Amino acid sequence: MAVPTVESPRSGRVSPGYSRTRSSRGNFEMGAWLFMRLSGVVLVVMIFVHLWTSLVAGDGISQVDFGFVAGKWASPIWQAWDLVLLWLAMLHGTNGVRTIINDYAEKNSTRMWLKGVLYTATVVIILLGTLVIFTFDPCPVIDGVAHVASYCPTA
Amino acid sequence: MPKTPAGTLYRGREGQWSWVAHRITGVVIFFFLLVHVLDTSLVRVSPEAYDAVIAAYKNPIMGLGELGLVGAIVFHAFNGLRVIAVDFWKKGPRYHRQMLWGVVGLWALTMLAFSIRHLSVVFGGH
Repeated sequence: MAVPTVESPRSGRVSPGYSRTRSSRGNFEMGAWLFMRLSGVVLVVMIFVHLWTSLVAGDGISQVDFGFVAGKWASPIWQAWDLVLLWLAMLHGTNGVRTIINDYAEKNSTRMWLKGVLYTATVVIILLGTLVIFTFDPCPVIDGVAHVASYCPTA
Repeated sequence: MPKTPAGTLYRGREGQWSWVAHRITGVVIFFFLLVHVLDTSLVRVSPEAYDAVIAAYKNPIMGLGELGLVGAIVFHAFNGLRVIAVDFWKKGPRYHRQMLWGVVGLWALTMLAFSIRHLSVVFGGH
């Protein structure tokens, strides 16, 4: 059976169906490609530390509760860590899923709808997460009842 | 364009299958990330709401799910570094197969160590 040959992308003889140039797109796709690699390196380090602190160090996952979060976010370093992690991971993941949608959804309208849902979810999750980090209260008073913990002032 | 192309761009073997695994693990991680931000957001509802939902992450079935999630993350991380090496290192494309076996080996070692740690916490009542 003859093996079909595929021309090298740089040969200039690529069939128009496989052409990827859209003059109006500018350098966006190259920027996205570079962002995946740069954010990827940072994410490997930041996520491994994130997994280590919550699943390996101390008592592993059994230690994770409200007090654990309060302890971590008492430090501005961990607040900043989680904020950067949230933004980088969401943008990296959104761009990855955008690429997959572009690859597999063939109809223009399907692509548009899927990406609309994706971008909506991305904006909502990034804003929600950011708001939670900045407005976190380790000793909340809910319906007049103060949260009881060793690190909270007693009423 | 015909629906079924006569030839194919896919070449199989290490290159294609690592690409497939990278996509699948990426999508899995992304969907968990959405859920993870939502569950963490419960700290703004009440300590009790957060603790109740996090308690679900501590049962044995979810413990195995976490093992799968960490497995997906570790593969995506190591293979992502391999992709960067293929793109930016002069000899990257020539050694991409060897690097994949390096990724798989490092993944197995990492997961062996993590499994011992995580499963003893989940099943051993720490």
